[in-house]
Amino acid sequence: MLVEIQNLRIQFPTPNGLSDAVRNVSLTLRQEKLGIVGESGSGKSLTARSILRLLPSYAITTADTLTFDGIDVLRANEATLRAIRGTRAGLILQDPKYSLNPVMTAGAQIAEAWRVHRGGSRKQAEQAAIDLLAQVRIRDPARVARAYPHELSGGMGQRVMIAMMLAPDPELLIADEPTSALDATVQAEILRLIEDLVSRRGMGLILISHDLPLVAHFCDRVAVMYAGRIVEELAASELIRARHPYTRGLLDCLPTLSHKQARLAVIQRDPSWLET
Amino acid sequence: MIDVAALGVRFGETEAVKDVSFQVARGESFGLVGESGSGKSTVLRVMSGLHGDWTGRITIEGEVTAPRRSKDFHRRVQMVFQDPYGSLHPRQTVDRLLSEPLLVHRMDNIERRIMRSLNEVSLPALVRFRYPHQLSGGQRQRVAIARALMAEPDVLLLDEPTSALDVSVQAEVLNLLSDLQQARGLTYVLVSHNLAVVAHLCDRIGVMQGGELVELLSSDDLRAGRTKHLHTAALRELSIELEEPEANP
Amino acid sequence: MIALSREWLLSEAPASRAQAAWVRRYRGWLQFRANHLAMVGLITIVVMIVLSLAAPLIASQEPSAQNLADRLAPPSWQHLLGTDELGRDLMARVLYGGRITLGMVVAVVLLVAPIGLAVGSIAGYVGGLADRVLMRVTDVFLAFPRLVLALAFVAALKPGITSAIIAIALTAWPPYARLARADTLTVRHTDYIAAVRLTGAPARRIILRHIIPLCLTSVIVRVTLDMSGIILTAAGLGFLGMGAQPPLPEWGTMIAASRAFILEQWWVPTIPGVAIFVASLAFNLLGDGMRDVLDPRQR
Repeated sequence: MLVEIQNLRIQFPTPNGLSDAVRNVSLTLRQEKLGIVGESGSGKSLTARSILRLLPSYAITTADTLTFDGIDVLRANEATLRAIRGTRAGLILQDPKYSLNPVMTAGAQIAEAWRVHRGGSRKQAEQAAIDLLAQVRIRDPARVARAYPHELSGGMGQRVMIAMMLAPDPELLIADEPTSALDATVQAEILRLIEDLVSRRGMGLILISHDLPLVAHFCDRVAVMYAGRIVEELAASELIRARHPYTRGLLDCLPTLSHKQARLAVIQRDPSWLET
Repeated sequence: MIDVAALGVRFGETEAVKDVSFQVARGESFGLVGESGSGKSTVLRVMSGLHGDWTGRITIEGEVTAPRRSKDFHRRVQMVFQDPYGSLHPRQTVDRLLSEPLLVHRMDNIERRIMRSLNEVSLPALVRFRYPHQLSGGQRQRVAIARALMAEPDVLLLDEPTSALDVSVQAEVLNLLSDLQQARGLTYVLVSHNLAVVAHLCDRIGVMQGGELVELLSSDDLRAGRTKHLHTAALRELSIELEEPEANP
Repeated sequence: MIALSREWLLSEAPASRAQAAWVRRYRGWLQFRANHLAMVGLITIVVMIVLSLAAPLIASQEPSAQNLADRLAPPSWQHLLGTDELGRDLMARVLYGGRITLGMVVAVVLLVAPIGLAVGSIAGYVGGLADRVLMRVTDVFLAFPRLVLALAFVAALKPGITSAIIAIALTAWPPYARLARADTLTVRHTDYIAAVRLTGAPARRIILRHIIPLCLTSVIVRVTLDMSGIILTAAGLGFLGMGAQPPLPEWGTMIAASRAFILEQWWVPTIPGVAIFVASLAFNLLGDGMRDVLDPRQR
């Protein structure tokens, strides 16, 4: 079991006392692709980040179990966590513009990530960086290695980011809305790339997004979150048989090319969804 | 009503928009799709008057628009931006944001108009004195739409109005846009990379690639797959593939 | 008549524009009040201003009333802070001096902030030739050390309070222009300014109503932090004989006139010195607090 979460609860202090951002969430992940879907504020990013304990310091996290490969993340010390973050588990964020160092070339950043985790000479690291860039299907890896982040397009930047995360050969990849800032075409390419790399390397993947059909397309299992809870968890192939009205709503509210709709269905939120 | 003829825009050495021409009738919705860098947003910015350096001819309601627009032009043609977080002044309340167009165009009944427009975009009166950072993404985009409609324009230019929003909110905003169009007889020009969104809202669609308008077709033709250009067909195929959840192997 | 209550001031759903504005102010005040050092600064400044305005009520005699028989007297019940070399009551002089020194500071700020804001935001928003011309002028003024330039101005004019104010203002505005320009450049190409341009608003309105409010925060903070510097420059000019002229009880001038007695009758130059010190420190504390409240980047 790569990740095991039992009864996770994340709270934030507000002027009116503690407020639950995530409650009663249980998830497990093997070497598979899990999608977490929900709208902004549903707690999907918080849940994924809690696995690496990357939450703001004022967040209060409790759980019956929160383990990464058997390591109790909640009780682990900083050194253990550092060994997990970036080495055994990589995180890809929405906008590569903010995640890449603007004054270092793409190649140097990947090489650095590679050397920190693997050691080896500068020459070896440079070669490894170019290899990694080729693995994320960049056509001219040597040229991109010499480029600075501002010289790269959004899709290219995201590929560099993925190459950097792959450098230490992690077991888990968390992709937090990795393509929301990108075009439909580039989005599909990047997600296909992630899916392919994860399958070939036998990694675990957590893909976070607000687009349910898209996530279902690239994942084995999907967990739908609403207001901090998991309202439904099902195999991606079972999606058309989803029972929860919220999951149904997420599927029905999308405009589609296949047929014409006068109006789009709007999700009618039911207070009873919050009772579980 | 809108006639864009041989529009060209250069950014230094690169030609961002090459010889783009299209017409939009009154009360119609026209969509421009394409990938980023295809020049679709540049066309919209030129039409709105934000970008002044272009060649060609843009006629709106028989009036040939000069690079420098008149105040009346800005009353009649308004724009909604992609990012509702960036398009609202961070230090102004909703009240202030909505009253600004009224003050600029010296319109009366400010109090009543603001209340009516909040109602029109289904925002509670409570948000009137809130700041943008106190609102959700969907609420902000509603405020941006309300602001664009304050001065009672005829044409609304929409630059990816829903791509920064959650899918659940996107449906609400798209429905709102259809309702407003019906109620006010607005003319829309919508730019998006999402084919389904464009096809949902627009009757006619222009496909852009590399700064050129490669195909003009109706949304019915697009749905039915009656495409002429390869790029249009590729975009359509991808869009259909990704929207079908059951297509997963 | 509106019921002015805490509930009314903290309302989540204000009923009118006026109430919304008051709610905003009250919340800002609550936040400022939580910063103790800033409150110390603010209270000190208010007390100093009130004391100098009420000088005729507090002081036992006129600031220029001489009594040569009682010169250089140490603090006593009759003269709480002692007397100076002409037998004038130091208490009265420090209190009346506050009017001049603090008045000069206010006058300088009222001159400097609008000029700096106008030059900076116009240069930043309009850009091109206007930007280059305005910024080169700013650079010229920035190139001179502040006190030296002020001295040259006063020497060219006529030593006195008005000349000192003009001189300090002339040397103090360039940093504000730079600050306002930098802020303007960061917001000039944002979507929200583009949206305002699309309403058809003229450039003057955009700068005044939309850009300057955004620059104002950093300028206000900078002003409060700068006030101590202005007090010191004003005192310095007075000390060098280029500011307020004796017998006017300006604090710097008072130190200059009595510096010969610093070893024997130390209280004579020290007391106005303490006044300068306290005022500068208070403005600095206030400035730090204002930055915490107003500057969103630090939040």
